[in-house]
Amino acid sequence: MTGTREIPIWFFIGVLLSIYGVMILGYGLWELATGHVANVVLAGLHAPVWWGALMLALGLFYLLRFRPGR
Amino acid sequence: MFAMLTAPAFSLGLSLPATTAMALSAPSIAHLTGLDIAVIVVYFAMVMWIGYYLKSRANTSEEFFMAGREMTAWIAGLSFVSANLGSLELMGWAGSAYQYGILAAHWYWIGAIPAMLFLGIVMMPFYYVSKTHSVPGYLKLRYGQGSSTVAAISFAFMTILMSGVNMFSMALVMKVVLGWNITFSIVVSSLAVAAYVALGGLRSAIFNEVLQFVLIWGGALLVPILGMIDAGGWTGLKTRILHDFPGQDYLHMWRGLGHFHDNPMGVHWTGIIFGLGFAISFGYWTTDFLVVQRVLAANSLRSARMAPVIGSFFKMAVPFIVILPGLLALVVLHNPNGSLMHLVGENVVNAHPGMGLHSYNEVLPLMLVRYCGPGLLGLGITALIAGFMSGMAGNVSAFAAVWTYDIYQPMLRKNEPDEHYVAVGRWATVLGVVVSIGAAYLVMNAQGIMDYVQALFSFFIAPLLGAILMGMFWKRATKAGGFWGLLIGTVTSVGLWAWVHFDPAALRIVALSPDARDMAENMYRALWSLSITVIVTLVVSLFSKAKPESELNGLVYGATVLPKEEPVAFYKNELFWAAIAVVAFVILNVMFW
Repeated sequence: MTGTREIPIWFFIGVLLSIYGVMILGYGLWELATGHVANVVLAGLHAPVWWGALMLALGLFYLLRFRPGR
Repeated sequence: MFAMLTAPAFSLGLSLPATTAMALSAPSIAHLTGLDIAVIVVYFAMVMWIGYYLKSRANTSEEFFMAGREMTAWIAGLSFVSANLGSLELMGWAGSAYQYGILAAHWYWIGAIPAMLFLGIVMMPFYYVSKTHSVPGYLKLRYGQGSSTVAAISFAFMTILMSGVNMFSMALVMKVVLGWNITFSIVVSSLAVAAYVALGGLRSAIFNEVLQFVLIWGGALLVPILGMIDAGGWTGLKTRILHDFPGQDYLHMWRGLGHFHDNPMGVHWTGIIFGLGFAISFGYWTTDFLVVQRVLAANSLRSARMAPVIGSFFKMAVPFIVILPGLLALVVLHNPNGSLMHLVGENVVNAHPGMGLHSYNEVLPLMLVRYCGPGLLGLGITALIAGFMSGMAGNVSAFAAVWTYDIYQPMLRKNEPDEHYVAVGRWATVLGVVVSIGAAYLVMNAQGIMDYVQALFSFFIAPLLGAILMGMFWKRATKAGGFWGLLIGTVTSVGLWAWVHFDPAALRIVALSPDARDMAENMYRALWSLSITVIVTLVVSLFSKAKPESELNGLVYGATVLPKEEPVAFYKNELFWAAIAVVAFVILNVMFW
């Protein structure tokens, strides 16, 4: 070991989930705003919006909870 | 790999010639948008970042091969499950659920949970206290170099071969689903794995496996959620299955196991319980170094015992993202003309090119395409890629440890400085990936190999379990007993397989019924070879000189002084959570009886 404190894996997971959350939520909001909904079953449920929001929320939680130096 | 050992992807239909033909003839199922590609690129960037970041934490052999034995119970437990959760397993078992119904969940419940709990609660203290770095390493301490070498060479060979087979199969799936070039898929994904494992060693592999585990759930969980809404909930799903498939039992796990011909898998409850639930499952989950290595990296004995217990809960939940989509596909997948879609075996797809048929193994991609638009589709595809990479990283990191510690060090270069073995481990990682790529192309050009790979792997698992159980729980087991038990058990397994292969009528004897099918044969063959290993070890040990008890400390039950663990609150105790896991396991089996 180098002696420096290691960034926990949960922080990396937070980063990834946050990025994905922004991308997917962003697309979902764009769908809502423009009405250009993807041609998939149950498109009316707007899964990208709530799934993206859930990923973003989880990601931000891990990002803040396990941020380096905390 | 245990899943691969019995996975329907190969044993029930995903033959290489058929899939190759399909890959070349069928149009791709899905079309990715720029957003989907961006999701995949972000994933690759993340795994490389982790590997590069952890480069400085893999300087000693203990750090490189054992992750410094610093992993918490949660990280070791998630990695333990993730290394097994390959993408082919996801797709193969989803296809199996479509074909055989909830019967496929046996491979996740009785075929995993008892063995995982046994590893954590009973066996882990001996692996952990002995400070062994591998399963062949334990055999060396208990039985000497001979048994260890047999186990190490067979493990190294099979691990690389399986890695290559998985790599090629995954590339074929990418070709079928996305239309990607096979070489592109192989090179990009394997180079990424080689880079992050060679840089950061086991720690990097484990960190990435945890990340990949989260991704697999994040990418695949939406399918059963939307599918259940689509089907009208569990009640709606059951009603529609009973209506669309009258007379076929897709919803019960045990009721049809009274006789081999009462269920489409051709299995019997004795084979499921003793063959799958004991010989195969315990063989894989407690002796296959691919998974055991993750637990050996735990930061304390308590963490090492807790890790498989934590893993067991997630393993129990995997059918939600694998088996349930397979069942849902039975009723929600429709052809463009509105009729119910009927998936078929690869041989049928291959026999009717251009007719737009889909195979059982395409269940998950078809469900992804049905529900997931831009972004979410990329996430689902990334989950499949992550599954493949976690399995491959598990293979190459385990290979590097066994090659360096159990083959190179004792047989080629003893007494070298520590940094020498770290360098050997890094090169072994790269070499493992290169040989895996070679194996992938070998399989592509000599496709008959595929038919034998599953059987080859199964030859070693059950005898190894017999040898380790006898060594761990019987003080009188000797070096000669362990060696001959392992050898004759393996020869028995090979012999039984060859007997049935050349004389199919022998199935009546090996699997106890002429109605038995491939899976049942695997189960009973494992049971026979395990029994022979135990008997031979017992008899030979009685006629040879045992080690004095003083030399068995840390290796054998009854001769080992286990370190005292600090008392903890009941909710932090592994026994408490193991008991909860047992209760959940029983409830699930009763619910779907």
